[in-house]
Amino acid sequence: MTNSFKEFKNAKMFFVIGSNMTEAHPVAATFLKNAVRKGAKLILVDPRKQKLAQFADIHVPIKVGSDIAFLNSLMYVLITEDLYDKHFVANHTEGFDELKKTVMSYPPEKAAEICGVSSDMIVKTARMAASVKPMMLCYTLGITEHTCGRNNVVSVANLQMLLGNLGMEMGGVNPLRGQNNVQGACDMGALPNVFPGYQTVISPEARQKFENAWNVTGLPDKNGMMIPQMMDGLVSGKIKGFWIFGENLANTEPDIHKVEHELESAEFLVVQDIFENETTRFADVILPAAAWSENDGTFANSERRVSRVRKACEPPGVSKPNWWIFREVAKRMGHAWASNSAQELWDNEISVLAPNLAGIKYYRIENDGLQWPCPTEEHPGTPFLHRDGNFTRGKGLFTPAEWTPPAEVSCSDYPFVLSTGRRLYHYHTRTQTGRTQGLNDLLGEETADISLFDAKKMGIKNGETIRVSSRRGSITLKARVTAEVPESMVWMAFHFREACANWLTNAAFDPYTQTAEYKACAVKIEKM
Amino acid sequence: MSENLMVINGREVPFSPGQTILEAAVAAGIDIPTLCHLKETTPTGACRVCVVEVEGARSLMTACTVPATKGMVVRTESPMVIQSRKTIVELMLSSGRHDDCLVCPATGDCRLQELAYRYQVKGGKYPDTETLYPMEAVNPLILRNFAKCILCGRCVQACREVQVNDAIDFGYRGAKTKIIAKGDMALKDSDCVFCGQCIQACPTGALVPKDAYQKPRLCETEQIRTTCPYCGVGCQQTLHVKNGKIVQVTATENAEPNQGRLCVKGRFGYDFISSNERLKTPLIKKDGVFHEATWDEALDLVVSKFSKIIKDHGPDAVAGVSCARSINEDSYNMQKLFRAVFKTNNIDHCART
Ligand code: SF4
Ligand code: SF4
Ligand code: FES
Repeated sequence: MTNSFKEFKNAKMFFVIGSNMTEAHPVAATFLKNAVRKGAKLILVDPRKQKLAQFADIHVPIKVGSDIAFLNSLMYVLITEDLYDKHFVANHTEGFDELKKTVMSYPPEKAAEICGVSSDMIVKTARMAASVKPMMLCYTLGITEHTCGRNNVVSVANLQMLLGNLGMEMGGVNPLRGQNNVQGACDMGALPNVFPGYQTVISPEARQKFENAWNVTGLPDKNGMMIPQMMDGLVSGKIKGFWIFGENLANTEPDIHKVEHELESAEFLVVQDIFENETTRFADVILPAAAWSENDGTFANSERRVSRVRKACEPPGVSKPNWWIFREVAKRMGHAWASNSAQELWDNEISVLAPNLAGIKYYRIENDGLQWPCPTEEHPGTPFLHRDGNFTRGKGLFTPAEWTPPAEVSCSDYPFVLSTGRRLYHYHTRTQTGRTQGLNDLLGEETADISLFDAKKMGIKNGETIRVSSRRGSITLKARVTAEVPESMVWMAFHFREACANWLTNAAFDPYTQTAEYKACAVKIEKM
Repeated sequence: MSENLMVINGREVPFSPGQTILEAAVAAGIDIPTLCHLKETTPTGACRVCVVEVEGARSLMTACTVPATKGMVVRTESPMVIQSRKTIVELMLSSGRHDDCLVCPATGDCRLQELAYRYQVKGGKYPDTETLYPMEAVNPLILRNFAKCILCGRCVQACREVQVNDAIDFGYRGAKTKIIAKGDMALKDSDCVFCGQCIQACPTGALVPKDAYQKPRLCETEQIRTTCPYCGVGCQQTLHVKNGKIVQVTATENAEPNQGRLCVKGRFGYDFISSNERLKTPLIKKDGVFHEATWDEALDLVVSKFSKIIKDHGPDAVAGVSCARSINEDSYNMQKLFRAVFKTNNIDHCART
């Protein structure tokens, strides 16, 4: 997020796209709802009539995967009606002409056809977005989990730059992170192309710096593989040793049949986790780890805030902190690592090596955490980025993007689009939430959410067991007939093993980010 | 002399326009007891615990609702104020059943108990009102004990104005008044989303976690602040721990980013920690079956296998996936192991999902 949760309460206008905030980020949603109750406006762009729709001034139910056409068309209106921030564009951005050229081929009439909403609605939305400044834009995985995810992301950034809504409080481009420490895992360099603090592995200076710090030579100079490439590599034999730490890939990756085949193909698989799960079945060695509340450490949330995590209980049996396990392996391979606690790791290594985190030390985050960039120990942290429109690279660059349809679109054999997400009462594959009885009482099984229209047409009753199939798999589960879901859509989550949406989802990936298209694939439904 | 000054208990106190007497007093470090008042919500003036004497006013005024004005002279603990508070507390103690504190999970963490102690009110002066509504124990996660409800309305405020869920409100009238979900249904059949904010707001034992009676009371626990392990909001939580076990989780008040709020997962989703199904020892698979192993056995095996693969096929024949749920320090050490020891950049996590 460029901005902070703290600003939600006082924001005057929100643009929420592809974010089911009341279920996936419930507490963030409370601050947004507070603002709306105080008079803030809300534009909600989402195929589903989800909870926030009742708070929205306008709900635009665009078709799954039509985001770029919609966003480009908004920009078409803003430019043709002269509603954009000319001062900001002139002084703080580059590439406006290219952007204009691209978005000019998305007049509302044309976009309306792609998006399945009226051209009037597009015009109205654009005008509303331009009517209040600043506008805070929030998105979640509805934007990123597409084969055009990266282009979706640049498109929302284009919109905010065009409106001059960057570099100020209560504005910005705000991806709400799905998991508690996705931000942190990125910051730490658990990515194939960067060291901690986003220093690229292809930079000789960065490698030199880390070679000195880690007292090694010959750090690898080519970008590594992303998860989908690793999974392919397991089958092709390129990857022989695979180490999975804490992710239940056998349920969370698209197309479970394919994933399980890949995991089976590993020559040697290490899985490090707190429970046995669907993924540990494929392991050669399982390493038992201490869980949240059993060790000290830090998380970084969506707003780049590094907060403390504290130990309250002892880990069970002989399970050990994850950092200890990696350190032991290094030791056995001849590398003696000095840091022997999370605090030592943070204070003596991470904050020393990552310039953005240099000013964050454990003693400073005893209470509230600090938001990076925080370059010195005197620095108060950074609640919002690009102050006064000054971008890291100098000027903000418009990156025009053309709309492309999802990799798999509905057809006569598979006439429905399946879209997936999270539900309020569970989290991911339920390895954690599934062990609280009350949460299972509240939501005990997966459902296929379908529209009133389709239910009526097919004679499916609420709670009736149906079959949902894609080209990859088939599951049976109860139908939940709901006004939330538009015609021709099936909506599901991935919390339960048997009826997990990932038996059906399509392993098609964004070419830049290798993010899977969880939000769109073609399915059919049948009465049993 | 600056414009906005008032006098509280003989002391000159500044205030900013729009502030209530309570806010001005709090800013000046003067304690006025409150009960129904819930931070960041519209004051309702329902309980009258915060009454103060204002010179020139005909009756006592509720400090949480009355705006401070220039030259106002306020007394917060005058005999009249104290007498009034005693009566209020006495009446609250007769509202339902408050004579069984010894076996109430809220003991030691109860506003009513605190006030009774502060004003030395024992109860029993007025007859207890009849308990009209039985305990509602049919819900997951939340227990509603109407016998302990003093109708202060804090839960309604928490639900309506803090979480904006609008699931509960005052229902019926007069002596029959009850906090109800729509149509007086059980919470599980209502719009309630079980965020538990009402539990956190409840000043008595009327709203408690479902298993509260089977667990140690909050007053017996040690409090440890931490960050929620679920979504990317990063809410600050207070873990209440006894004998090395988490007993309850509440939202840390006045903390960024969540300002005393949690959702259902953050508040209730911690049982996994003490689950019997946790992995307790390393396991090594032999002939398709997992066998318990020591750390030495397991780690030596990992090292020998990875070393051999790297020797035979080069470092890029190994790859690792880190965890977006675990602490930074874990991810740091994992990427360091892959880069500095294995010499590959094949390290990723589910960064984009
Ligand atoms: S749990 Fe949350 S939604 Fe339910 S009544 Fe309490 S405050 Fe309202
Ligand atoms: S309490 Fe709920 S909203 Fe807050 S971090 Fe946890 S899961 Fe997210
Ligand atoms: S706290 Fe002021 S009336 Fe209840």
